[in-house]
Amino acid sequence: MTILVTMFPIALIYATPILIAALGGLYSERSGIVNIALEGIMMIGAFVAAAVTVALEPNPLAGYYGILAGVVAGTLFSLLHAFASVHLRADQVVSGTALNILAGGLTIYLCQIFFDQQRTTAFATGIAKVSVPGLAALPGLGPLLFRDVYPTSWLALLLVVATAFCINRTPFGLRLRACGEHPQAAASMGVSVVGMRYAGVLISGALAGLAGATLVLTQDIQYSLTSVHGTGFIALACLIFGKWNPYGVLGAGLFFGFSQATSIYAKDIPLLRQVPQDFFFMLPYLLTVIALVVFSGKSVGPRAAGEVYDPGKR
Amino acid sequence: MNGRGGKLLLPVLAVLFGFALGALVLVVTGKSPLGMFEAMLQGVTGYNVETRAFNARHVGEFIAQTLPIILTGLSVGFAFRTGLFNIGAEGQLMAGSTAATAVALWVPAPPGLHVCLVLLAAMAAGGLWGAVPGYLKARFNVHEVVVAIMMNYIALFLNNWAVVELFHSGDRVRTATFPASAMLKSHALSALTSGSRLNWGFVPVLLSLFVYWFIIERTTFGFSLRAVGFNQDGARYAGMKVKRNTIASMVIAGAFAGLAGAVITVGIFSFGRALPAAEGYGFDGIAVALVGGNGALGICFSGLLFGMLKAAQLLMQTQGIPKEIASIIQGSILLFVAMKYGIDYVGRKLRPAKAWEDGS
Amino acid sequence: MDYVIEMVEITRTFPGIRANDRVTLQVVPGSIHALLGENGAGKSTLMSVLFGLYQPEAGTIRVRGRDVRIANPNVANRLGIGMVHQHFKLVHCFTVTENIILGLEPRSGLVVDRKLAAARVRELSRRYGLNVDPEARIEDISVGMQQRVEILKMLYRDAEILIFDEPTAVLTPQEIHELMGILRKLAGEGKTVLLITHKLKEIKEVADTCTVLRRGRLVGTVAVAATSEARMAEMMVGREVNFHVQKGEARPGEVVLRVEQLDVRNPKGLLGLKQLSLEVRAGEILGICGIDGNGQTELINAITGMAPAERGRILFKGRDLAGCDVKRRTGLGLGHIPEDRHRHGLILDFRLDENLVIHGYDRPPFSHAGILAAGPIRSNAERLIAEFDVRCGQGAATPARSMSGGNQQKAILAREIDQSPDLLVIAQPTRGLDVGAIEFIHQRIIAERDKGRAILLVSLELDEILDVSDRIAVLCGGELAGVVAAAATDANELGAMMSGALRRVPA
Repeated sequence: MTILVTMFPIALIYATPILIAALGGLYSERSGIVNIALEGIMMIGAFVAAAVTVALEPNPLAGYYGILAGVVAGTLFSLLHAFASVHLRADQVVSGTALNILAGGLTIYLCQIFFDQQRTTAFATGIAKVSVPGLAALPGLGPLLFRDVYPTSWLALLLVVATAFCINRTPFGLRLRACGEHPQAAASMGVSVVGMRYAGVLISGALAGLAGATLVLTQDIQYSLTSVHGTGFIALACLIFGKWNPYGVLGAGLFFGFSQATSIYAKDIPLLRQVPQDFFFMLPYLLTVIALVVFSGKSVGPRAAGEVYDPGKR
Repeated sequence: MNGRGGKLLLPVLAVLFGFALGALVLVVTGKSPLGMFEAMLQGVTGYNVETRAFNARHVGEFIAQTLPIILTGLSVGFAFRTGLFNIGAEGQLMAGSTAATAVALWVPAPPGLHVCLVLLAAMAAGGLWGAVPGYLKARFNVHEVVVAIMMNYIALFLNNWAVVELFHSGDRVRTATFPASAMLKSHALSALTSGSRLNWGFVPVLLSLFVYWFIIERTTFGFSLRAVGFNQDGARYAGMKVKRNTIASMVIAGAFAGLAGAVITVGIFSFGRALPAAEGYGFDGIAVALVGGNGALGICFSGLLFGMLKAAQLLMQTQGIPKEIASIIQGSILLFVAMKYGIDYVGRKLRPAKAWEDGS
Repeated sequence: MDYVIEMVEITRTFPGIRANDRVTLQVVPGSIHALLGENGAGKSTLMSVLFGLYQPEAGTIRVRGRDVRIANPNVANRLGIGMVHQHFKLVHCFTVTENIILGLEPRSGLVVDRKLAAARVRELSRRYGLNVDPEARIEDISVGMQQRVEILKMLYRDAEILIFDEPTAVLTPQEIHELMGILRKLAGEGKTVLLITHKLKEIKEVADTCTVLRRGRLVGTVAVAATSEARMAEMMVGREVNFHVQKGEARPGEVVLRVEQLDVRNPKGLLGLKQLSLEVRAGEILGICGIDGNGQTELINAITGMAPAERGRILFKGRDLAGCDVKRRTGLGLGHIPEDRHRHGLILDFRLDENLVIHGYDRPPFSHAGILAAGPIRSNAERLIAEFDVRCGQGAATPARSMSGGNQQKAILAREIDQSPDLLVIAQPTRGLDVGAIEFIHQRIIAERDKGRAILLVSLELDEILDVSDRIAVLCGGELAGVVAAAATDANELGAMMSGALRRVPA
């Protein structure tokens, strides 16, 4: 049990970008647009954040400006997916894949232009961990959540609550969900399906950009082609496990965070000491496949997600 | 957009737009599009505009680069024809590479036979890797795209582990060199093209193109696969085994990709490799398949097109043009194709007003 | 005369078809105005234009005397126009209340005020006698209640003009009766009702005026009380309508199909068919009627092999079909014309000739050793096209998608009949087809009966069942409510059995 407590800080660091990106995916999918491009948007967000941070250092807020820039960049990039999927009614998986390829190329291309190498220059600190002494004294979760934690993790938790509130209680959330379940019904009630889906995709872009920025600033010292290494796809899996529900996503995200952290702590766990490193890298992906099978029967996504919206359909 | 002419227009426009966008990006960032086109010319023909010299090595390299992506294009295209999105070609390729390495290093066999065994093993491994998402989709109705993406990463790490632990790599990057009997490499072909890595791989590729076309258009098996791909319910009504077809289709798609892995491992290289990340042949395959309209001839041509982009990359880098422009172009082409597919889809739905069932 | 709605010279085309051709419609406030026409006449299109789903290419719309442009349903709503669609537009996992308030949610700060919403729904429901449960989820309630939710959607938005698109297609006779009452009540409260239908009886029962459309054009507008059903039907089809198909006596022979105590589960996991027993003889047509969703689909699926039976036996020519898959049953002589021609009947992206060999493509002469034989496939198609008069633009190579509904159905019929099955299971054969195609198909079905085939005809159209069948079995709630001779019964008796009010099961 204590090993779990020891692992918690690292697990939280790993879980945070997964969680944020998965929440982004939730907005998009709930509106009816499948967003495979979370990975690519995260790359864009990470690159921009790293670049801006390097450029603004040694300003103490450089990292935060970087995050802001990452959010904006992610939103703009996702505009492409929104336009292709909603207005041009493209196949959403193909469009998402295209954007992933594009993002990989664009980010490293710009690295070569700006930094003369195939990655950004390393930044000094990124963002710093923070402690809240009063709350850290609370028993149980206190030290885990309030001592030496990146503020982005708090942001992630806040976003979970905000998303639950927005999706379930507000008119916006009701309309968004209607667009994902039965867009013709929403349209007949005067809801702009196009508008809602754009909103869903752009929010997912903003959050994926945020996730990418967080990833690079809390887990790395620069942006390179392997910075994001599939986190965007793990976020998708997290969304599916979480059954498209914010609190489910929270649980799934933490679970994945722990499984990624296991590779570092394996040497401290007697049973796992002998296992080669590659298996730990493999673990999150393997677990995803297993859990997808286990949860497959019961997981029910938004009914109309992935379908092209055809206003003429009866 | 109707008929054969219309089908051709789509991808051609997408390609033109993609290149135009690439040129724009170059100009905006202060690089020369001319340099890019020169590099592409040199990459394909070996002709260097500046020195006015001709080097056959580039031609050989170009063809060598094309081979694997035609195969992954066939892999993705086959799955598309049968209604599935094979985003796992990357992992199936990797599984094929690993199997090829194993047979090359561990199975002693006489020259002609050895290479055949290597290829067969790779196809089997790729087929198996493809069967997993296929089976999971058929049996549990799991999203095949997400499973396949996960399997891509699993294959990568398994391969790396195998290179170090099973094949006892000395430097943790490559294995021992394969015996000549296992390889598709050819001194003759290499000499013909001034030391390029052109290899006998083009033989299995040509065979694959033919087999692809034949299975889909001419066999009863292909008939039922296409039926399932177009309309699962209709196929089920006719008594076709949808689940079995889904799995069979992914196995064949996986086999094509696995073969690509072999062509790379024993054709281009001569040893197994541990990789920090996937090399992207699978995604190239997606672009190749879609731009090629999922038909054998189209895939061949679009494979050559994207091969040209790949072959030009290193040349571009030496000219000071970041080689990632190729990815940017490829991604843009794919995006345009996706948009056009969407437009075509909507056009199809609106056009046949006669099939307007409830229209009153 | 002050009209509440005037649509003048409205024209609207879709690729290849002129759905509305200079149609003029004038509606008196507080009346029930019917829009009559066959399928494809343009009624739904006209009303979709009024509701803002489509824009007319030409013509004017006036609401309460003022020229308006109805750009989208929002505008229509603001003008007081509401529409209950034929295919309900309800979000299945939402509650009744959520569906009603969608787009016009009462708020309390940032949040939806659920209590207020539910209260409003209850109030409206009471006032118009609509009787719904605000907290129920759509996926759990009956079709009749779903329709009432659709009505409430309009009333919640203070609609004054209510458009109903074929509202009775999915209701029991009793529910239809209730709906007629609701319509009269709405008109009584000053609402204007526009009723799209092709059911003459309903028009006679509630409508004041009737506008008849044919092939996109206006035929005329009549006062319902002064016009006979026969006259309205004639306006609708443009010729004297022969209401009954000509057929001779049936001469039933051996029992071809025997179903014994069949239990079948539906997709929701409940028993869709309970302890059903019936038999069909060679040379007779057994019609199965009932409201949609009362076990017909389960019966067809079990007999054809698309779904397993939980309990009970199906005997075909004396042989138990348990363990025989779809292909086996086809091979044994069991033909099936499916209810949904686009989903099950055809592969729309295949050519016509490919569709016509969908059963036999993997056997000689259409293939040898796994390789398709293009020649025989083509000549087979050409033969069937000629025999069944299937109209197709490019002959055997026509993509199925580009054929009309009637010809698609003829192609399916051709394919199935050509197999010379001993039992033909036919589901909804004439849905969405025009009168000419309907006549053709009914005649073919009877011709097959006269050849000695056993035919199981499942249909939601009572008239079709009464017309074509020799014997009729009624399903209600998954059980057999009655088996009667067609000549000895009528629509009222069938309706009573369909809704559970009557049972006529022979001992």
